[in-house]
Amino acid sequence: MSDRLRRVVSAIPLHMIIIGITLVWSLPSVGLLVGSFRPKNDVFSTGWWTVFQHPFDFTQFQLDNYIHVLTAEGMGRAFLNSLTIAIPSTIIPITVAAFAAYAFAWMDFPGRQVLFVVVVGLLVIPLQMTLIPLLRVYNRLGLSGAFLGIWLAHTGYGLPFAVYLLRNFIGTLPKDLLESAFLDGASHLTAFTRLVLPLSVPAIASLAIFQFLWVWNDLLVALIYLGGTEEVAPLTLKLSALVQSMGQDWHLLTAAAFVSMALPLVLFFSLQRYFVQGLLAGSVKG
Amino acid sequence: MASVTYEHVTKRFGDVVAVNDLDIRIEDKEFLVFVGPSGCGKTTSLRLLAGLEEITEGNIYIGDRLVNDVPPKDRDIAMVFQSYALYPHMSVYENMAFGLKLRKTPKKEIRRRVQEAARILGIEDLLDRKPKQLSGGQRQRVAVGRAIVREPHVFLMDEPLSNLDAKLRVQARAEISKLHQRLGTTFVYVTHDQVEAMTMGTRIAVMNAGVLQQIDTPQNLYDYPTNLFVAGFIGSPAMNFFDATLVERDGQVRVETKDFLIPIPENRQETYRPHLGKEVILGIRPEDVHDPEYAPPGIQQARVKARVTVTELMGNEVIVYLETDHHEFLGRFDPRTGARVGSAIDATMDLDRMHIFDRQTELAIR
Repeated sequence: MSDRLRRVVSAIPLHMIIIGITLVWSLPSVGLLVGSFRPKNDVFSTGWWTVFQHPFDFTQFQLDNYIHVLTAEGMGRAFLNSLTIAIPSTIIPITVAAFAAYAFAWMDFPGRQVLFVVVVGLLVIPLQMTLIPLLRVYNRLGLSGAFLGIWLAHTGYGLPFAVYLLRNFIGTLPKDLLESAFLDGASHLTAFTRLVLPLSVPAIASLAIFQFLWVWNDLLVALIYLGGTEEVAPLTLKLSALVQSMGQDWHLLTAAAFVSMALPLVLFFSLQRYFVQGLLAGSVKG
Repeated sequence: MASVTYEHVTKRFGDVVAVNDLDIRIEDKEFLVFVGPSGCGKTTSLRLLAGLEEITEGNIYIGDRLVNDVPPKDRDIAMVFQSYALYPHMSVYENMAFGLKLRKTPKKEIRRRVQEAARILGIEDLLDRKPKQLSGGQRQRVAVGRAIVREPHVFLMDEPLSNLDAKLRVQARAEISKLHQRLGTTFVYVTHDQVEAMTMGTRIAVMNAGVLQQIDTPQNLYDYPTNLFVAGFIGSPAMNFFDATLVERDGQVRVETKDFLIPIPENRQETYRPHLGKEVILGIRPEDVHDPEYAPPGIQQARVKARVTVTELMGNEVIVYLETDHHEFLGRFDPRTGARVGSAIDATMDLDRMHIFDRQTELAIR
């Protein structure tokens, strides 16, 4: 028996275990997905796995559940609300954090170290502690129930980690690179926009994904600062309301759940190359 | 075009003195090389001139302009970094054009200058490539090109060849020398490699522990090292040193080591007479230690009995490791030499080319 064959054979148990774990892990999601496409009567009479008895019989699937939740149940509106909340709540903190991270990494100013420690120290404050004081301020300023209020709240909650992560990334850019830019005539702003920002795309992209997912999946912050009114409620609020009002309607709940998952999935798969791409390759010796 | 003046420049990092009272005037169009072991302050000196570090004490002038508080971009200098520091997300063309763009140079002018520089360096075919698609030698050229297009008054180079392999380094060395002649600009070049320093510099500044040891033309530095450090640093293999004493025998000043006693040439007798009895170090370069059979005719020679411990054949010469009872030293022998490991030989020293240093101050006695 050749070495190669032996290697393949000896790896089989490991592969079996990995495949097994992956299956167990994804089974509930698959069930959810399949269920969301099945007609109401099928859902109530048989389990979702029965569709695999006739895998090519596409008549057992339909889109009615989705159409129903998106229109009659208001998931469409909630989807737009979620976007309205999540996009600015991702862009604002990351923009601010990128500027701050550059300053912490490359600009010399008194108190830089202390300030950075304070910002990172904010990571240990649980956001629940801030709910009541912040809500009182919002009530006085008329920001509760408004999108601006929740944008600012998410910005505040996201900043410490964003600054911390980006500073550490930007700090590892080769010093020569920035000095070379300064000699070429760049100001700090030019160096930031023309050099640091393009090179930080992998870090910024992964941070953006984290922040976006966290805001998208957030229920607590939205519930406190926005309330559950139809005009502003995001998907998470809508979904929890549906669970209460129609706990029996599995065909609708599965579809609603998938509506709320759709965008994160698209986002993750479209941006995942930024996790692996090394944009720095070739800049300095190598 | 501009001269550069360091006027009693000192740089401290906390308690560490990186550059101590550096006082040099670099003439216009000169190729000055800072050389020294790592941590000697040569790179810091260059960075002070570039404006990347702040001066603790003293003044730096470029031309007649005091530049202590002038930011790097307004000093009219360009620098080639050891790592090349190419912008990884820009093409070669964009890399070279970046500085000009920031200075609002007209597009046409940028194109002209980049193409001119690319032609000089032979990288015209690479203009659309990204740095990661280039070899080490090509990256080095792009880095040089980026400096050229700026048409600066002073070029700064911080060990630009240290990342190249040996063969490429020799080639690039000549190219940079050519470039210097062609551009007629002041070059300030930092290296730890004394061969680079010797071959490229019009003058060399040898530094050690933050202090300038000697600044002179390569030949003078080699022939008349002012102290023990310069003598040992310049030249490869390094100069041989022997602990010795200046003594008088038969009315003549001589050098006595534990193993041998050698005379001093007539013309230097009076120089050393005031130092009689002083503990000194005798220095003699390996190429001034000969096989007696093949010693050049007409030299003032002294013979020292020694044993051969190792021989290294280089083709054009043989490096011979020699030992006496208390000393070890090297000789560069003619390849026809009969010296074999274990054999005894009369190593022949060229007395005219010996150096005597005060053991206390380590300065050359002249």
